[in-house]
Amino acid sequence: MSRKQQLHRPGPPPGPPADDTGCGILHVDMDAFFVSVELLERPDLRGRPVIVGGTGGRGVVAAASYEARAFGVHSAMPMSRARRLCPRAVVLPPRHGVYARVSAAVMEIFRSITPLVEPLALDEAFLDVSGARRLLGRPARIGGLIREQVAEQQGITCSVGVASTKFLAKLASTRCKPDGLLVVPADRTVDFLHPLPVAALWGVGERTEEQLRRLGLKTVGDLARFPPDALRRELGNALGDHLHELAWGRDPRPVTPSAPDKSIGAEETFERDIGDPERIRRELLRLSERVGARLRAAGQAGRTISVKLRTAEFRTFTRARTLREPTDLSRVIYITACELYAAAGLHGVRLRLVGVRVENLVPAGRTPRQPALDEPENGWREAERAMDQVTRRFGRGAVRPAALVDPRHDHGDRGDGGDDRDRGA
Amino acid sequence: MKFRIDRDALADAVAWTARSLPQRPPVPVLAGMHIEAGDRLKLSAFDYEVSAQVTTDIDVEEEGTALVSGRLLAEICRSLPPQPVEVTTDGAKVMLRCGSAKFTLLTMPVEDYPSLPDMPPAAGAVGSDEFAAAVAQVAIAAGRDDTIPMLTGVRVEIEGETVTLASTDRYRLAVRELHWKPERPDFSAVALVPARTLADTAKSLTTGAEVSIALGGAGGTGEGMIGFSGGGRRTTSRLLDGDFVKYRSLLPSEYAGLAEVQTGPFIEAVKRVSLVAERNTPVRLSFSQGEVVLEAGTGDEAQAVEALEATLEGEDINIAFNHTFLLDGLAAIGSDVARLSFTTPTKPAVLTGKPPEEGANPSYRYLIMPVRLSG
Repeated sequence: MSRKQQLHRPGPPPGPPADDTGCGILHVDMDAFFVSVELLERPDLRGRPVIVGGTGGRGVVAAASYEARAFGVHSAMPMSRARRLCPRAVVLPPRHGVYARVSAAVMEIFRSITPLVEPLALDEAFLDVSGARRLLGRPARIGGLIREQVAEQQGITCSVGVASTKFLAKLASTRCKPDGLLVVPADRTVDFLHPLPVAALWGVGERTEEQLRRLGLKTVGDLARFPPDALRRELGNALGDHLHELAWGRDPRPVTPSAPDKSIGAEETFERDIGDPERIRRELLRLSERVGARLRAAGQAGRTISVKLRTAEFRTFTRARTLREPTDLSRVIYITACELYAAAGLHGVRLRLVGVRVENLVPAGRTPRQPALDEPENGWREAERAMDQVTRRFGRGAVRPAALVDPRHDHGDRGDGGDDRDRGA
Repeated sequence: MKFRIDRDALADAVAWTARSLPQRPPVPVLAGMHIEAGDRLKLSAFDYEVSAQVTTDIDVEEEGTALVSGRLLAEICRSLPPQPVEVTTDGAKVMLRCGSAKFTLLTMPVEDYPSLPDMPPAAGAVGSDEFAAAVAQVAIAAGRDDTIPMLTGVRVEIEGETVTLASTDRYRLAVRELHWKPERPDFSAVALVPARTLADTAKSLTTGAEVSIALGGAGGTGEGMIGFSGGGRRTTSRLLDGDFVKYRSLLPSEYAGLAEVQTGPFIEAVKRVSLVAERNTPVRLSFSQGEVVLEAGTGDEAQAVEALEATLEGEDINIAFNHTFLLDGLAAIGSDVARLSFTTPTKPAVLTGKPPEEGANPSYRYLIMPVRLSG
């Protein structure tokens, strides 16, 4: 996403609405999503460069406000570099649970318009609105409607690309950010596309861009006019064909309402490698709490629990266990994660990263649950629900397991984490 | 060593002993079956956890011992023709002749074979058929997940003339009481026996009328060990460590309702409706006056429903169970009429047979935790 963001240009000049005939695909992209959500609670930071991301030495930027982007900060950039580029920036640790809730509400708005919603991430989705025309009007009008509803209901802005294909719709939204709407008329596709740099095309990474540059192909137009056979020889059949088609605006992929998340996980890169099993288990607890809270916020439960352990030598081990039935309990996740860690035979081995993941997700509400005979009616489940509620009111870290309350513990060592939203601010 | 033995007697003895051969022997000699020909024939197998020894009559010409591959011996004995069998040693080999068939088996060094654990002191005796039935009723509720060893055991509690067997996998609990004849009237002991071993042992000791149970006290002979013997067969098993679930407090002391259903038709109906129940989805029972309606499946998938005659004392109730757990219990109660006692749809229910006379305590109780439906 980072390189594509550099393609950002100011939106089109105001003028008569473009012809949206045959443009049934919308790409909706929240503007600086994590930052926008944070600003809802910190209006005092509006207009200032704000970065959301891991605050530790190995942390990376998850999102940057447009003010911060003006300094060259973009997502996936190491935080240390971002701080150098923009020392005045306010850095906030991410709060995934909050973003997930806002995201779910936004996706709900989309789904009230069409069932054909394909979420790509928390903050972007494709919609096929060609069937909604009689009910709600022309695609551009629907795009406007979405922008109004998102702003009204969630207080954040988004940009909407309207086009005849997914690929073009996504390009369009990128080019009208922030807070914009751009229609790529079906009969103007080539005019829109051909002046763009080849890196705008889906499937062109740094390596491919370099290959194309060596062929003298800089713009999409150059690529489109390059003989397809020669392109296939240079890039391989699949990629060659793919890029040739895209360069002419042909993208047959339909909007597929995607299945819900397959897994939810969290991982932690340590500031310094950790060998002490006690501390590793504490990290597993912290991650399990985070994953559990996200599962519950998303109304999901999963049967398979896995841990990822990366040693100081960069060897990565993944161990998984499938439970008898799905869980959304942080405690069950934690206990299983500890057992997996113990069974991995890495006791005392210095680790660089640990991760906890829950897979095989199903909607939690709809799963019948077999409790144990000796399970109290008010047990961990209820305790964790209560924690979720406190967290919602008072913020993350307001209540947590005693093992995670350690005044001496250096909270700055979390790479991508961030449980304490107040610390980075 | 040289002896003659009846083909069936040998085949039985070898087959029974072979059950205790380790699947993957920790040391090679444990793959062997120990043969000792004295006044009688003694066959032994041992895997450090469980030992098995059978004694049977032979016509001995020359006493001796040998150690041969247990698995191979068992396969050979199973396939022998119905003729007397003659076993002899010839140097480092064992020859087995039966009719016109002749086998030559390699031996392993007898002196490397570990000595079997001593039998703990005899504690008492119980009717072998009743014991086998009781163990089978209880062992179904034991856990199979080795990560929690305690739940893979059957708790054996002996208090004077009463033996109580219990096991649970945390979702259901089976408890069976039976009478026995203790060596001393005030004998009292508890033990946690691996459920699979106990079930196999109890089933295989029904050749004699009684099973003698040997249980050592702390510090005495055979500590941490239980022994069973009967009909010339004896087995010892290492006990499991760990405190068992405090199960007595799980058994409800009072009930809000009680339903009775004919066991046979009930089992058939549960099997039928649960055909549409996916793994871990329950069968739902709705009891009202005169009938119970069984349902499985939800609106998104296949559904099944069936009604059966039932009697109900108390308010109408809807309660859901894992169908496998329910079927296990129904098959174990050993009664034509199944009785389900419950308090609320979220609290454990107790499945028993209808007692012969009202007020009598059922000797077998199967406690089952209902499945909590969503919403």
